[in-house]
Amino acid sequence: MASLIHQYGPVWGVWLGVGQILLVMITLLLSLAFLLLFDRKVWAAVMLRKGPNVVGPFGLLQSFADFFKFVFKEIIVPAGANKTVFILAPWLTFTLAFAAWAVVPLAPGWVVSDINVGILYLFAISSLGVYGIIMGGWASNSKYPFLGALRSAAQMVSYEVSIGFVIITVLLLAGTLNLTEIVDNQRAGIWAWHAFAWPTIVIMLPMFVIFFVSALAETNRPPFDLPEAESELVAGYQVEYSSTPYLLFMIGEYLAITLMCAMMNILFLGGWHLPGGPVDNPFLGFLVFYAKLWVMFFLFAMVKALVPRYRYDQLMRLGWKIFLPTSLVAVVAVAAYVTFAAPQAGAGL
Amino acid sequence: MPLNLADYLPIVFFLAIAGAMGAGFIIAAWVAAPKAPDKEKLSAYECGFNAFDDARMKFDVRFYLVSILFIIFDLEVAFLFPWALALDDLGPFGFWSMTAFLGVLTVGFIYEWKKGALEWE
Amino acid sequence: MIAAIAFYALAAIAILSAFCVIAARNPVHSVLFLILTFFSAAGLFVLLGAEFLAMLLVVVYVGAVAVLFLFVVMMLDVDFAELKSGFLSYLPLGALVALAMFAELGLVSSAAVQAGQGRAAIPLSDVDPGVTNAEAIGRVLYTDYLVVFQLAGMVLFLAMIGAIVLTLRERPGVRRQDVSAQVGRRRSEGVELKDVKPGQGLGVEG
Repeated sequence: MASLIHQYGPVWGVWLGVGQILLVMITLLLSLAFLLLFDRKVWAAVMLRKGPNVVGPFGLLQSFADFFKFVFKEIIVPAGANKTVFILAPWLTFTLAFAAWAVVPLAPGWVVSDINVGILYLFAISSLGVYGIIMGGWASNSKYPFLGALRSAAQMVSYEVSIGFVIITVLLLAGTLNLTEIVDNQRAGIWAWHAFAWPTIVIMLPMFVIFFVSALAETNRPPFDLPEAESELVAGYQVEYSSTPYLLFMIGEYLAITLMCAMMNILFLGGWHLPGGPVDNPFLGFLVFYAKLWVMFFLFAMVKALVPRYRYDQLMRLGWKIFLPTSLVAVVAVAAYVTFAAPQAGAGL
Repeated sequence: MPLNLADYLPIVFFLAIAGAMGAGFIIAAWVAAPKAPDKEKLSAYECGFNAFDDARMKFDVRFYLVSILFIIFDLEVAFLFPWALALDDLGPFGFWSMTAFLGVLTVGFIYEWKKGALEWE
Repeated sequence: MIAAIAFYALAAIAILSAFCVIAARNPVHSVLFLILTFFSAAGLFVLLGAEFLAMLLVVVYVGAVAVLFLFVVMMLDVDFAELKSGFLSYLPLGALVALAMFAELGLVSSAAVQAGQGRAAIPLSDVDPGVTNAEAIGRVLYTDYLVVFQLAGMVLFLAMIGAIVLTLRERPGVRRQDVSAQVGRRRSEGVELKDVKPGQGLGVEG
């Protein structure tokens, strides 16, 4: 937006900037509609079911039908609930999940807000995701949401630490907090991507796996969906929600998952660069980025279909006793490599 | 690259638009959907009986312990961020300085582990 | 100009929400207002150009400390109405503390004003403007301020030990999963093969 204001003056610049933001949001919402369907279709295919196939060709319009169904349902606020917080919680989840996308670069030069501390901003916003859940769980004033919120808070908090350490290992290699620069640090092709670059692949590939698993836990996806474990907690913190407040929770959750996919793209898989070499055309770059996003989301969907749910003590043990020490050691190892062995240490741009 | 305040303006707009959209969804359902609340519909979800007492209750202190430990490790990560950026300027001294810092905290971590604070039951 | 408007707006929100923190009847609302205060403070940091500090404020205070507060307030089941009933009896003591703090603040700020006279502005830093402020902090914190940095590590270490000593309670009779015992289990410990003659069975005694 800054460059738009500079180019077109304050009035038109702001309007163009708003248009840009709306474009990003609509793209996101539309993608989300199909990602949701894709998630269900993958899940169904693994179970040898057909999945949604009635609304539109191949069920392509299912998400839109769901949307209208949500809008025309009654909003139920339980009698014992704290009304303000009850409505505030899904709204906050939704707004924060969107806000994170303000700094995500989608293609070379295509970013709403190119701030210096981009990755820190994403880390900050994703650490706020827990609020919607504990507020929703508490405000419902009902047993199942309360227990779900409790579990979720402890779980998200536990895995955030390892996400932080993994981000640090990438920063050590990239030498910058700016997301566009992190992507451009990997422009030379697949062997420059942070996950695969030699010789750090020995550490970074496991770090990528840790990030992926932590992302599953952070977004309450199976196999770590204990906050909403259907078989024991009904639907966790969402039990009392209906209509669009529920929809907002749902959109927020899937936006957070998509954000995690985008972060894996940017941090480890070269963003919009092709395995063969750099991409500088924004349109081609966007297509590459978008395709990688769908591949990552496919992994999320497959994990949901294939892996059985963890038990809570196993989940905590995995986070605190395996991921945390491993990623801490990895930080020191990568730092040692950067300090003592790298040809051009932390070649930031 | 120096800080450009104008870079933060779009974030404010983004937040405002997302917030408005979220509020719009809630209002849309408020307007479009039927409103026919009754006592049973508004009661908290339970397995076929009325809730015995308030849902908010005391619970295991371990949840607090986890969140306190999280704050400590989060601060540790916060200290790592500028270090990761500046490490190539700092050289070996910066590396050993951070290793000492992490070493101290690793001792704490081992203590935690041995005491069983990371156990969940 | 916009920066000035943003400053006054953020400052006003910060002060108002800080007031609401102590004025709100429901403690959960208090914590939510506290979070709003943190956010406006982060916005003020951005206006000052300290974007790194702003993000850290959100990560550490909003993302971690306030979560703990919310946890405690929501889940501890404290009767806050009862806590508030002592308000009047504590008023004189509270007023005394507040007075002392105001006096201290006044002393510090007047001293700062006096020291600032004759200088155009207090220079914020002498770092190279081409460097982001996260990197600028990184360049000095771990070398020039080594002792302070290590002390911070010690403080965190103490906090870790303290939290465990204060909160960890062993509960007897809880069965834990022991992974190494599970994995280390041999077939011979778990399975016993008996040669059963046809038509006789094992009998009750085995």
